[in-house]
Amino acid sequence: MADRILGLVGLILAAGMAWLARGYEAPISYEPVGPAAFPLVLALLMALLCGWMVVRPVAASQASAEPEVPGSALKVLALVAAMLVYAALFQWLGFVLATTLMALPVGMVFGGTWRQSLLGGVALGVSQFLLFDRVFDVTLPAGLLSFLG
Amino acid sequence: MSSTLDHLMTGFGVALTPMNLMLGAIGSFLGTIVGMLPGLGPINGVAILMPLAFALNLPPESALILLVAVYLGCEYGGRISSILLNVPGDAAAIMTAVDGYPMARKGLGGVALSISAWSSFVGSMIAIAGLVVAAPLLAQWALAFGPAEYFALMVFAFACLTGLMGDQPVKAALAAVLGLSLATVGIDANSGVYRFTFDSVHLSDGIQFVAVVIGLFSVSEILLMLEQVAAGNGMITQTGRNMFNLNEMRQTWWGTVRSSVVGFFVGVLPGAGATIASAMTYSMEKRLTDTEGTFGKGDIRGVAAPEAANNASAAGSFVPMLTLGVPGSGTTAVMVGALSLYNITPGPALFEQRPELVWGLIASMFIGNFMLLAMNIPMIRVFTRILSVPNWALVPGILAVSTVGVYAIHATTFDLVLMTVLGVVGYGLRKLHMPMAPLILGFVLGELIEQNLRRALSITNGDWGILWQSGISVAFWVGTSLMLTLPFVARMVIARRRQAQAGALPPAATESVAPQP
Repeated sequence: MADRILGLVGLILAAGMAWLARGYEAPISYEPVGPAAFPLVLALLMALLCGWMVVRPVAASQASAEPEVPGSALKVLALVAAMLVYAALFQWLGFVLATTLMALPVGMVFGGTWRQSLLGGVALGVSQFLLFDRVFDVTLPAGLLSFLG
Repeated sequence: MSSTLDHLMTGFGVALTPMNLMLGAIGSFLGTIVGMLPGLGPINGVAILMPLAFALNLPPESALILLVAVYLGCEYGGRISSILLNVPGDAAAIMTAVDGYPMARKGLGGVALSISAWSSFVGSMIAIAGLVVAAPLLAQWALAFGPAEYFALMVFAFACLTGLMGDQPVKAALAAVLGLSLATVGIDANSGVYRFTFDSVHLSDGIQFVAVVIGLFSVSEILLMLEQVAAGNGMITQTGRNMFNLNEMRQTWWGTVRSSVVGFFVGVLPGAGATIASAMTYSMEKRLTDTEGTFGKGDIRGVAAPEAANNASAAGSFVPMLTLGVPGSGTTAVMVGALSLYNITPGPALFEQRPELVWGLIASMFIGNFMLLAMNIPMIRVFTRILSVPNWALVPGILAVSTVGVYAIHATTFDLVLMTVLGVVGYGLRKLHMPMAPLILGFVLGELIEQNLRRALSITNGDWGILWQSGISVAFWVGTSLMLTLPFVARMVIARRRQAQAGALPPAATESVAPQP
């Protein structure tokens, strides 16, 4: 079933690609194959492969018999949310604070207590900031802590 | 031949500078750790360190030396958790667990660790020697390739990767097409047309390679780690005697050599990586030498052979990458992408234009191997201690380092969000058993394959005939069709045989056999 959905999504993607690519034209053309051809071929290939995934017999697709770890869906959601927040606030909060904020939920999802995760996050944020920003010259955002200089 | 030696000397000159030696040592050390940690393999290690190497302003040859050391280190490291935990540290070390863990349970863990380090070393050395001999010849030959031959070669590489990926060729092909499609985003180099950019400035240069790689191989890996059921075995701490003896070395010697040679050739073939090499040589050794049925019960020969093979194939996969510019594995694909950050395109011309880069890399592999041997036999305790670092401390660290790498390239929030989104997409695709190696290969080769196709067709003003005009391209096309049809034929034969077997069984038994796909 999941494979069929993947196939359908792929078909929509292929249609969208073809729709967008159809209009690509070079203003001055000096080669026989323009910018549209390659994406169109890819869209066609994608449509064929996805079409096959939609129509092929279910027995051929792997029946998903993997044991689900209980509660893992919630954990995955929490992890994704923590990562997105980390990415979005990285620059504004600054590396040290953002990393601490990320490490708290991520550490807990991976079995740490809140105290361990928080302390680990602070240690991680400070040590990596000093290592990369100060020693290796890889500039990281200081963010809200930039007053510390 | 003498010119090869000259070049090798130049290479050692590059690899033996203090900085490159240090980078090789750091890379070997980190690589062993990454390889050892279950869930993280060479592609993850190389992906995470690649942007950092670039951000540290390392010259290209030094960055490459670091990444190569990580790659080789991973192939060493994978065996440690296979043997002590019965959980393979990376996919290529699966076969090592089959006999390595039983050995460790018998109290021979130290012997298993040292003999596998030794066979890893022998495997790498044989393969690097093969690389030194084969690479210049192949590069010389490939210099004659025109755009049509390159196009056919790249199609062949994709066919190998999808055909050999095993059970799901349709999904592998879809992954490759997806990767190629991602590569078309951005300005078209020939016409200046913006493709699939949705008027976003961030996408006009194309999708950041680093964001793709980190998303697919770090973020999605972390999400997958969440679902790993903790292995209930627990680490074996009583490892007994640390060093193998002469008798054990003699017992494993020829199996190691055989497996190294096979591993090298499997590595050279685009698409077939270390995982296939170790599985192949394990069953080969089992068939050749297992007369008493001890394989699987802690036979030392079953530990040595796959380890020799996976290291040999890792070194072998540099042959197509360096000489043809077509990576033979997901990990070398990431390295090609790393070079593209420096505006370097690997290929036959590289041997003439940047000999210091190519030969420095090869020489560093020799040196790195000695370092790895030293780390993996006398210093093995350091690594087994790291293995007990809990995930709650480890995962935030991996995520933070990955983010630093992506941020360091462009310093935009956009790339960070893109990385996370791609990570979630990659996680979904992997849950659906979509292999990631064809995707990354497609992304890396997308521009090259399109450019070569268009260039070839420009030569003949649109006549497709040029694509199969030369003998070389015809050979690649024949290889492509073989790679695409053979797995299907093989599967049909197996299915037919299974049916015949089922027919021979009594009716009650067939019923229970039938539902299996």
